[in-house]
Amino acid sequence: MTARLPIPSPCSAGRGRDPCGAWEGEGSVIPRNLALTLPRLRRGPLPLPPGAGEGVARSASSRQWPWHRAALVLCLFALTACERVQHGIQSALDPVGQQAGRIAGLWWLFLAVLAAVYAVVLVLLLVAAIRPRRRRRLPPGPAFRPEEPIERRLTRGLTAWAVGTAAIVLTLTGFSYAVDRDILALGHRAELTIEVTAKQWWWQVRYDDPVPNRSFETANEIRLPVGVPVRVVLKAQDVIHSFWVPNLHGKTDLIPGRVNETVIVADREGRYRGQCAEFCGFQHANMALDVVAMPRDQFEAWRESQLAPAVAPSDERSREGQRVFLTSACVMCHTVRGTTAASRVGPDLTHVAARPSIAAGTLPYSKGNLAGWIADPQRIKPGSQMPVVGLSADQLQSVLAYLDGLK
Amino acid sequence: MSARDASRFIRRDGPSLGEAETHARLERTWATPPGLWGWLSSVDHKQVGRRYIVTAFVFFLLAGLLALAMRMQLAGPNQTLLTPDRYNQIFTMHGTTMMFLFAVPVMEAFAIYLVPLMVGTRAIAFPRLNAFSYWVYLAGGVMLWVAFILNVGPDVGWFSYVPLSGPQFSPGKRADFWAQMVTFTEVAALAVAVEIIVTVLKQRAPGMSLNRIPLFVWGQLVTSFMVVFAMPAVMVSSSMLIMDRLIGTHFFNPAEGGDALLWQHLFWFFGHPEVYIIFLPATGFVSSILPTFARRPIFGYTALVLALVATGFLGFGLWVHHMFATGLPHLGNSFYTAASMAIAIPSGIQIFCWLATLWDGRPRFATPLLFVIGFIVIFVLGGLSGIMLASVPIDSQVHDTYFVVAHFHYVLIGGAVFPLFGAIYYWFPKFTGRMLSERAGAWNFGLFFVGFNIAFFPMHILGLIGMPRRVYSYPAGLGWDDLNLLSTAGAVILAAGVLVFLGNVWHSLKHGLVADDNPWGAATLEWATASPPPSFNFVHIPVVTGSNPLWEEADGLPVVSGLRVDQRELLLTSVVDAAPEVREPSPEPSIWPLLSALAVTILFIGSIFTPWAVVWGSIPLAVGLIGWFWPKSAPDTPEPVIE
Repeated sequence: MTARLPIPSPCSAGRGRDPCGAWEGEGSVIPRNLALTLPRLRRGPLPLPPGAGEGVARSASSRQWPWHRAALVLCLFALTACERVQHGIQSALDPVGQQAGRIAGLWWLFLAVLAAVYAVVLVLLLVAAIRPRRRRRLPPGPAFRPEEPIERRLTRGLTAWAVGTAAIVLTLTGFSYAVDRDILALGHRAELTIEVTAKQWWWQVRYDDPVPNRSFETANEIRLPVGVPVRVVLKAQDVIHSFWVPNLHGKTDLIPGRVNETVIVADREGRYRGQCAEFCGFQHANMALDVVAMPRDQFEAWRESQLAPAVAPSDERSREGQRVFLTSACVMCHTVRGTTAASRVGPDLTHVAARPSIAAGTLPYSKGNLAGWIADPQRIKPGSQMPVVGLSADQLQSVLAYLDGLK
Repeated sequence: MSARDASRFIRRDGPSLGEAETHARLERTWATPPGLWGWLSSVDHKQVGRRYIVTAFVFFLLAGLLALAMRMQLAGPNQTLLTPDRYNQIFTMHGTTMMFLFAVPVMEAFAIYLVPLMVGTRAIAFPRLNAFSYWVYLAGGVMLWVAFILNVGPDVGWFSYVPLSGPQFSPGKRADFWAQMVTFTEVAALAVAVEIIVTVLKQRAPGMSLNRIPLFVWGQLVTSFMVVFAMPAVMVSSSMLIMDRLIGTHFFNPAEGGDALLWQHLFWFFGHPEVYIIFLPATGFVSSILPTFARRPIFGYTALVLALVATGFLGFGLWVHHMFATGLPHLGNSFYTAASMAIAIPSGIQIFCWLATLWDGRPRFATPLLFVIGFIVIFVLGGLSGIMLASVPIDSQVHDTYFVVAHFHYVLIGGAVFPLFGAIYYWFPKFTGRMLSERAGAWNFGLFFVGFNIAFFPMHILGLIGMPRRVYSYPAGLGWDDLNLLSTAGAVILAAGVLVFLGNVWHSLKHGLVADDNPWGAATLEWATASPPPSFNFVHIPVVTGSNPLWEEADGLPVVSGLRVDQRELLLTSVVDAAPEVREPSPEPSIWPLLSALAVTILFIGSIFTPWAVVWGSIPLAVGLIGWFWPKSAPDTPEPVIE
């Protein structure tokens, strides 16, 4: 599993906690997913290799191109690469939610039908290219008049082709509508509401509850109870972003001045990755979020832990860290519930140490990564809204000790 | 007759006038004056067309270099070759340059050069406007690239979505340069569209009724109408953006009652037809090349024309499929799904007609035909992935991922650049009088085809396994590394193909085989004149008796006579039947289009910095236009004598 998160640490990650340890402890099933999904991917029609039409080009003048072998090797390499992809925590081909499942099913259907159409076109092209060579008996000349019977046959072919094309696209349109309807119907059963507000370049996540003091905020992570449809209300504070967790559902934009909604449900436990899918400026590339699907009871326990105010620092170093935090620039942007830090510019840090990653999925959480991030956020995520807060080495260590205690 | 003073002896081009004499007199009348001044004031559609083609190719190469830079950055995870700021500028410049400064202008360039030749007339309609359009286009492109070099290149994507491109989130002048470049290029494109429409509808050779127009010309006609209806939408929206940024309007500011989605509607109302504005001329290349090398008339002429027209209409009903993720009502989205699917029908008909032409023909596999075959292989795949994108659920997954990047490169490179290369190999002898090397052409095609597929096919998979577009970097471990490396390798091969092409052009310009008038044995009128054509295109205006005039009239085309040879004169014909109607003068060379274009440039660039530029800049522009349109005295010579 560590192979999934080898994001290079800019600082000595060795001293930090194993970023994955926590996940194994919480019963992550990612390795099992691998076994589950492999056969499925193989069962579907394989994508056509790059240059699937090279055969045609070769036939056109095979004597001129000695590199068709190289092309073949490259095709095989591409196919191998496809197979090695297998499974991903951010893949539309490995659905774990009903919505993504329906979409993936529709995708394979489209692929099968359209690959067949493509094959027909390629065969026709190939035959058209080589066929006339067998008719050398035709008189030579720069051009000839088409023969009436052939013209009539071709016209009939054209009619059939047009009708066939129309039938295929009509059928596919019908399937597309049906899946669209199904997905909408799934959305009517949502039991839980989360409000996601996208900001340059992170995600503010608010768990709403009818009882106001049971609402809370977190950042860059969404945890869901397995099998429970969750309504996600989508807002943007600055520019347009797009909420996309491919394993669960397609994307929906977050647009300033508008409120969008989507419904996601995770059918299996596991950790998935989402990423902003609408270009939103400088650090669009590093605007990810973690989605963790957990059993209902674990989810409730997590929710209770999130509702609690921050853990009070227990040792001298952490108390010093809290003092530094509350008297430096940190407090201008961040909230730590239970303290006087209550600014809402940056992510709520009340339980930052319990999150899988920092800086919107840029680095896995570890004390070492956090140190690097606080020391120089502009080096890790250039252009990020987080400034360099001039802390001394000692202050940095204290703040780290404090933040690392905020489980 | 040589004893008499030719300048005072007025004569029509008549059968009794000797061929050499007519030629010499026409040359005197139509030639562009020599020297720098002549070069700057030229209104010859062939010179302007050549300039357009060369300029567009320079932009193609520049944008290609940017693409290579991006592929280098993305060859592996967490690369730091480019900073995010530089990367964002580069991908914006790549898209903007390819779409606005290469693809549309190069298609128009071919129209400017070839349409008058293919319809058998002496000059394009409104030749001064044509010269003006080139200077404006050049100024817009140079402005954008100078801005990029000075690190004020746009960095908000070629689509410049608000609010990201608005005053709050894009301070500085980067987005303004983008918006003003749009204004420049759209002014140029609209001018060319009007010229093409008028040339096609009113200047066709006698007998070239609507059902005998070459398919390339049909494609350009439909395209020009699309330009006329699509481009104003983007000009309006880019002007609104500039106003939001410069003078504090709030068209797109939600906080003040504006709407961020308004931009997307306006932009894509242009942006989707834009794809067909690029693709339809390319279908014209294919429909020109295929019959020549299959050596039979195109199959399904009527069906192909109807498919072009149908695509032209349907192309305006698809724009919302770029906005399926924005949360628009589902019923509305469904309409656009159906419309997007429906466009497969005319496209399918076109593909069938081309296949049928090849099927029943006796193909000769010269380089242009290779590129056409490459076009079919690649474009069909891109079209089929387009059907996937038309489906709302599938689009919700792959929208704004590398799947879409793969799709539109298959459609645009496969659908437009492959035919374009084929067209260059095909018409190069007409443009220059020399043939391109066939051997280098095969290498060019092979490298291009293989490189293209290796570069772009993996992107389909990358998108499906979660890689979003427009990211300057990506973490390792998401399964994207190998495919990205493969893609970069393909890009390098593709670039090698382009290098072979450049070498071929460079070498063939000087050492290529000398081409005769009709080296490929083609059927359309541009091959009925010399290679390269004289300044007046045709000594006599040909008369057309069928769809493939040079095949049907193998013994020489009938011609009409009666146009003046001492003044620039065109023959106008009726819209449907191309029956001769009237003789029309055609303008002389003039420096005013260039001066007016300079005035427009000052106004447009100035208005990036101050709204007062619109006020003060209108003065030199008014001077330019007054000079341009200064009334000329009517020809003082009496109606010429017919010999």
